[in-house]
Amino acid sequence: MTVAAGAPPVIRLSGVGYTYQGPPPVRALLPMDLAIFSGEHVAIMGPSGSGKSTLLNLIGLLDRPTAGRIEINGMDMGAASERTRAAVRAREIGFVFQAFHLLPHRTAVENVMLAQIYSDVPRHRRRAEAEAALAQVGLARRAYALPTALSGGERQRVAIARALVNHPSLLLCDEPTGNLDSATTGEIADLLAALHDGGATLLVITHNPIVAGRAARRIAIRDGRLVDGADAGPGRREGGRGAFVT
Amino acid sequence: MSRLRPRDLGSEVLAGLLQRPGRSALTMLGTVLGIGAFVAIVGLSQTASGQIGKQFNALGATQVIVNDSGAAHSQQPTLDFPADASARAGRIHGVIGSGVWWQVPLARAAVTSLPGGSQGGLGLPVTAVSPGLLTASGARLASGVLLNQFYETRRQDVAVIGRTAAAQLHISNLQNTPAIFIGGQAFTVVGIIAADPRLAQLNFGVAIPASVALHLWGPPSAAGAAQMLIHTRLGAARVVAAQAPVAIRPDDPRLLSAAAPPDLAHLQHSVTTNLNSLFLALAGISLVVGAVGIANTTLVAVLERAGEIGLRRALGARPRHIGIQFLAESTALGLFGGLVGASLGVAAVLVVTIEHHWTALLDPRIVLAAPVAGAVIGLLAGIYPALRASAMEPVEALRQ
Repeated sequence: MTVAAGAPPVIRLSGVGYTYQGPPPVRALLPMDLAIFSGEHVAIMGPSGSGKSTLLNLIGLLDRPTAGRIEINGMDMGAASERTRAAVRAREIGFVFQAFHLLPHRTAVENVMLAQIYSDVPRHRRRAEAEAALAQVGLARRAYALPTALSGGERQRVAIARALVNHPSLLLCDEPTGNLDSATTGEIADLLAALHDGGATLLVITHNPIVAGRAARRIAIRDGRLVDGADAGPGRREGGRGAFVT
Repeated sequence: MSRLRPRDLGSEVLAGLLQRPGRSALTMLGTVLGIGAFVAIVGLSQTASGQIGKQFNALGATQVIVNDSGAAHSQQPTLDFPADASARAGRIHGVIGSGVWWQVPLARAAVTSLPGGSQGGLGLPVTAVSPGLLTASGARLASGVLLNQFYETRRQDVAVIGRTAAAQLHISNLQNTPAIFIGGQAFTVVGIIAADPRLAQLNFGVAIPASVALHLWGPPSAAGAAQMLIHTRLGAARVVAAQAPVAIRPDDPRLLSAAAPPDLAHLQHSVTTNLNSLFLALAGISLVVGAVGIANTTLVAVLERAGEIGLRRALGARPRHIGIQFLAESTALGLFGGLVGASLGVAAVLVVTIEHHWTALLDPRIVLAAPVAGAVIGLLAGIYPALRASAMEPVEALRQ
């Protein structure tokens, strides 16, 4: 997948920082700039406590930055109401969590359909689209299995299908292989790479070098600051705030 | 804009309740018991009130008691009812039957089954009755005959005894014309009373003709002055009570005083209102306990399902969507609890009424309102947990 030249970024962070109020106050993220374009596959790597999950929560609109501005598809999310932010989460962002977060009493397809409720997909289209999403991640035959009957890798595939089903602008993956063995990690990494090849925009937070190695652009974060990484994408480093901007 | 359509809300609520059916059932239990108790108490109260009302109508409202107030204030035994008192009372419009009675002034233990005076006798009450009294009082015979005009006129030494007295006197049947002794005087038992709804003493005592009692022991004492019982048609009692003294003793009606029946509708209302208040207070306590149960369990569910709440927020749910879902779940629990409770309450009323051969009385509005009351209880109980759920930050919720 190539990035279209001159296209606006899906995500743009401008001077975004975050301080936990405490007491005592803790600066989790120093002000930073970052842009992620449509079709990119970006990995953010860093040690525990470096601020990468905080960054993902801000980009995913699960939290509000204490400084700076976040734009999604050109829309300022800092000033947006919770109503608007919820709508953007429902339609523009797909989440994949380390802990899968599947509802244990619902089948795989019902878990996928959960994402369609809040994005207001008409009921008659939901099941077919959810089954298509499961087929996309290779779980067509397990669509009616309960999570308890699925392996760890299969559960994460269900979670990925749930993130994909609304065709979001951005797939946010928070340690997607953190609970998986090495063989399954490779499968999930391949799946994410395949989704990127199919046109998805991915931002993956990971410790795992296999997963990070699939990304075209890798960014390191340490002590709440974006630092020099193996940036292979369209972004370029700009001085001043340790940031990557367009 | 993210949405949660009513149909989706219903599906999610149902799924939420069914994913832990045991817990949902236990949570409903408080409401089931509260609503069930409420419906059963109200139903049984209404049914019992109906039975009380029937008794009042059948007995109290058709009965007038005329007291011999002249004798009560007299220094010496006297009887101010004329011998034809029943015939005179019978001329009043609305009178079905009447009779005079008094307690015969005898020493204790005057009644024996063997000759030999009062030694070793039984302390049974002996009542002198005029011929029409037992008919007017509604006495039901187990066997034999009632005291009648023949025995009265001929001053026969006969007696009618209650079933309890018969057992005490070891009289089981009248085939051998058994006799009893009252103050040493032999009386032939001609009838055994199964039950008398108006004069309870006849159930466990002895009744003899008034003429015999007057002849043997004289008129009643001031302490046990004679009374007349008049059985009237429904609605005529008050008029009969007003006319009776004049009709019986036109020469000096002041010697008699008639007791008008109480305002039975008011009495019944008072009794049932007091009972209902007590029972409804108990049912109310049950409902509060049920509400606390729902609130407690829903709050625990909110804390347990924090991860789910975080996930839903990540998928686009707004805080109000989360709050509405939990509120709807607690309301549904209350509604289902109300439905089950109302059904059990109605069943309890039916079981009790069938067992007692009563007529079940239950206001249908109560039955219809019970599930609504359950839903309201669930709604109120769910407010605080729903607020807690909606206020949960998605980042914090996802960490749990």
